[in-house]
Amino acid sequence: MTDDVRDPRPVLRLEGIVKTFPGVRALDGVALSVLAGEVHALMGENGAGKSTLMKVLGGLHQPDEGTIYIAERPVKMTSPMHAKAEGVVFIHQELSLADELTVAENIFLGALPRKSLGRVDWARLYGDTDRILSRLNVGFDAKTRVGDLSIANQQMVEIARALTVDPRAVIFDEPTASLTDAEKVVLFEVIADLQARGVGVIYISHRMEEIFRITDRITVLRDGQYRGTLNTAETNEEEVTQLMIGRSLDLSRNASHHELGEIALEVRGLSCGKLFHDVDFHVRRGEVLGFYGLVGAGRTEIAETLFGLREPSAGEILLNGESVRIASPQDAIARGISLVPEDRKGQGLVLGMNCRDNMTLPQVGALRSGPFVSGGAEVEIFDKYHKKLDIRTPGWRQTVGNLSGGNQQKIVIGKWLSMHPEVLIVDEPTRGIDVGSKSEIHNLIRDLAAQGYAVIVISSEMPEVLHVSDRIVAMFSGQVMRTFTSEEVTEDSLIQAISGIEPGRAA
Amino acid sequence: MTDVTPDKIVSPVKEDTPVALQRRKLIAQGAIWAFIVVELIFFSVAGEYLSVSDKAFMDFENMLLLLKQSAPIGIIALGMTIIMINGNIDLSVGATYALAAIVLLDSMTWPWMQALGDSAIPLAWGLALLTGMALGAINGLLVWKTGVDAFIVTLGSMLGFRGLVFMYNGEQPTSHLNWTLVDFAEARFLGLHTATWFLLGVALLLWLLMTRTVHGRNAYAIGNNREAAVNAGIRVGPHMMINFMIIGFLAALSAVVFYSESGSVNPNDGMLFELWAITAVVLGGTKLTGGYGSVVATLGGVIAIQLLRKGLGHIGADTQTVNLVIGLILIAVLFLDRQLNRKGKQELRT
Amino acid sequence: MADMTRERIGGLLARQGILIAFVAFMIVFALANPRFIAVDNILGVVRSTAILGVIALGVTFVVIGGNLDLSVGSMMSFSTIVVLDLHDKIGPALAIPAMFALTLGLGAFIGFLVGYLKLNSLIVTLGMLSAIHGLTLTWSGGKNMDIADKEGTWFSVFGQGSVLGLPVPILIFALLAVVLSLLLSRTPFGRKVYAVGGNGTAAVFSGIPRARVVFLTYLVSSGCVAVAGLLQASRSLGSQNTVGQGLELEVLAAVILGGASLLGGSGTVFKTVIGVLILGFIQNGLLLMGLAFYVQYVVTWVIIVLAVWLDVAAKRGRLLSPIA
Repeated sequence: MTDDVRDPRPVLRLEGIVKTFPGVRALDGVALSVLAGEVHALMGENGAGKSTLMKVLGGLHQPDEGTIYIAERPVKMTSPMHAKAEGVVFIHQELSLADELTVAENIFLGALPRKSLGRVDWARLYGDTDRILSRLNVGFDAKTRVGDLSIANQQMVEIARALTVDPRAVIFDEPTASLTDAEKVVLFEVIADLQARGVGVIYISHRMEEIFRITDRITVLRDGQYRGTLNTAETNEEEVTQLMIGRSLDLSRNASHHELGEIALEVRGLSCGKLFHDVDFHVRRGEVLGFYGLVGAGRTEIAETLFGLREPSAGEILLNGESVRIASPQDAIARGISLVPEDRKGQGLVLGMNCRDNMTLPQVGALRSGPFVSGGAEVEIFDKYHKKLDIRTPGWRQTVGNLSGGNQQKIVIGKWLSMHPEVLIVDEPTRGIDVGSKSEIHNLIRDLAAQGYAVIVISSEMPEVLHVSDRIVAMFSGQVMRTFTSEEVTEDSLIQAISGIEPGRAA
Repeated sequence: MTDVTPDKIVSPVKEDTPVALQRRKLIAQGAIWAFIVVELIFFSVAGEYLSVSDKAFMDFENMLLLLKQSAPIGIIALGMTIIMINGNIDLSVGATYALAAIVLLDSMTWPWMQALGDSAIPLAWGLALLTGMALGAINGLLVWKTGVDAFIVTLGSMLGFRGLVFMYNGEQPTSHLNWTLVDFAEARFLGLHTATWFLLGVALLLWLLMTRTVHGRNAYAIGNNREAAVNAGIRVGPHMMINFMIIGFLAALSAVVFYSESGSVNPNDGMLFELWAITAVVLGGTKLTGGYGSVVATLGGVIAIQLLRKGLGHIGADTQTVNLVIGLILIAVLFLDRQLNRKGKQELRT
Repeated sequence: MADMTRERIGGLLARQGILIAFVAFMIVFALANPRFIAVDNILGVVRSTAILGVIALGVTFVVIGGNLDLSVGSMMSFSTIVVLDLHDKIGPALAIPAMFALTLGLGAFIGFLVGYLKLNSLIVTLGMLSAIHGLTLTWSGGKNMDIADKEGTWFSVFGQGSVLGLPVPILIFALLAVVLSLLLSRTPFGRKVYAVGGNGTAAVFSGIPRARVVFLTYLVSSGCVAVAGLLQASRSLGSQNTVGQGLELEVLAAVILGGASLLGGSGTVFKTVIGVLILGFIQNGLLLMGLAFYVQYVVTWVIIVLAVWLDVAAKRGRLLSPIA
């Protein structure tokens, strides 16, 4: 699509890749070309075919049509090991490390150097490991147990593993999902180093900010089809988004135009051990209060405390002006506090259960006729929110695990709306959800506020917080740094606040 | 987009200091030995006041005998350790033990074997050990090829192997006493009984296997994070199969050591051995979920249980209470382990 | 469309495979020996499996809740010994409730450890297997327990009596199966058991008291054990200390055969009943064919592994595991 000025020889080229599963054409003639020394973003909504394409590249799926070229030589990838031998290595989103083993053993997992009698050649193992670690400039050594490392350092171990072969291409799949900003900087340095060595990097992410910061080109997929490749320097977020969803995503500021009501929830001096301390805020009916901060700033922990999952060590929670003690989720629910948790699959849903049973789970004890659960009443609730939230599912009998991320999230939201809460807390409302469903969920949150709910939204995505919130609480290291109204907030001031820079001293 | 200046952000990355880590590991690995010391002291002191016999508890002969008596379950428990480190479990070892014992004793009564005189002994041993390995291979192959959980597969073969035991000789005991064998089993070298040597030898070999060889390290990796091991190209199936064959071999070895001396096996022998073996392994600190554990600590677990049995007898407690005490200690260990691991972490109230 | 049909058949096999296997199995045996399906033979089989079956009903709750119970065999020995001992000391009318209270107490203790203290259920119940065995031996002094006046007690009615021609153990088993099936499939408690076993964290985040639910599954289980102990004691009016030994694994086999996943969250009381009956009829069918009792062990082994294998294979869509 574009004329490139850099090294014109692709290290990796995919051409006309077609992959069908029963009933689905997952990839339909996809092309991708990665040059040496280039960082190439692969973007697309969930279900656009990114992960299938990477599985084809990694040898986990065999394509029905099309060819993979490594350094312009056609290659038939047969297994992940084969891909690695060809110099194509993956840094997975979910870390695949054995945390009881040492750094060295993890780096050479499956390829431990041998001596006679099947013994491990420890000297060679540690020597090779030290050589790789020195390239990455990390602060831990080869004999450290991986479980004792931070998440960021564990990711470094994954990267070190990729360097055991001389890689031609390294694929990063959502690598920053659980990294702090400081850790991201280190990661980007590593990527720049790979780039300098002439390695081709494929970078998969939903985060526009990172894409525009580190990539050279962007290839976009939609519905399993190739939508085009753009030079990052010559494009912008709108254009990319438009390619991804076929229209642009509205992320304008969106303060409430309706009258705000009484204060529904107020928190004074709330503390919980080392997690957060002296937190003050309030939220009114009809208002969306955003919480923004780095991972580990204590936002989720505050939500969990309000929902009765943590015992506060100090402070006061007032509901409708009345001081309350919330000892358990049951307490929280009874008082009208609901939590849509950040980990949808782990905390939000029982994936093996059907849609209806998931939705009515918190109130199943109350939906009785005699000693039995009233199936009729349950279906009634499901039907109501099925329509109201426009959940796309064939029916209530569908197992929740089979739904898309967006529809799963709507089931969780429906679950709590059906409880008619006073305060609805939504933690990372659109994590892992495709762009189209994102705006639906954003609209839903605004609607709920308009209907008079007090809504708290916790998010790590700044555009999202700015888009849905009336006011924004900026947190840093367990403390509230500042609370902004939507009129006064700027991206700069927000970033400074969550980075621990005091207002006034900011440049 | 605004760039975040990295040096102004306090990075929350904080590693434990190596000293703290090492101390924690030391506590975890030394716990079972500390427990043994406590047992020794307790029974020695309590024995002074309560003992039904005049002999001191810490009598050297007494301790040597204790080691010998630990051997049958001990050898199996050592094998169970590597199975559990690998992320599996084997409930069929008791039945394997009984079947190997029958093969050992019965094969020596076969006419052509008897014709061989004493040179039939190594042959009988070999047959018994092969039987154990074959049964282990069946378990391993089923777990590998069917993808059914090891708990279920070996639960099934626990019944199935026991059925084979009964089919061999009905409900009759199988007996054959060979005095050369008895002499061998009762022999002592450097003061230790034959069975003790086997126990220690197996512990040493398995320790080397698990800490020094590629197979051992891969077995840890598989138990620790199976998906990661698969992605790294480790062939999970063969490793599991080898471990099942090892535990089958060890169950047979345990039978060989024990029945060489006793010379008679009942079809119900070895029942509940799997549970005792698992108890010893768990006391030694090996994780049920796999990936963590130590062969040496299991040896400690085995000795701790045997000490408890003897000690309670020594202070005149009913033999009945042994079961009660061991059961409760197992639960207490589990509880303490969790409390220690949880310390300092702020958990959700779930 | 062939795909669709195959999928549908696969799905049907996965859901109802155990029932289909059961029916096929009955037909084969009936053709081999018509006596197999004679009413008195069937009643005999059900009656002989009633004790195993009653315990399996309770263990189904524990397994669906995501836990294991290896202590039920040892616990049944305990309740059998206790009720027999108390029978002569305080009379059957008091002995029965006393035994129930003690057995439920043990269940509550396990439930407390697993539910509220969140200890691993495999190890806790393994420890309790041993501990309760010790308790039983201490209670009985290691001796067999016998009722003095075996002729004159009404206590034998539970194990030996019959109503309208149906043996009482069958009636109790059937009644309990119906009640517990309703409890599990129709009540809020049952739904919560599935939720806790399916995803304990999500259940907590939905306001379900996970600990209490797990605790209650062990109460149900120990309650069933108490009933089984009553049936056993009343049938034999005397007992060894080890009467329930090994039962825990047989029970688990029946529950798994019925299709409950050891991971929790799936299974039904009805399927467990089928699992129990299959085990019972295998034993009976083989006996009628003139084979010794221990052949059933081998056959059971094959059937369990086969059943779970097919179940797993149906879910992953291929027979052999993809593990390298």
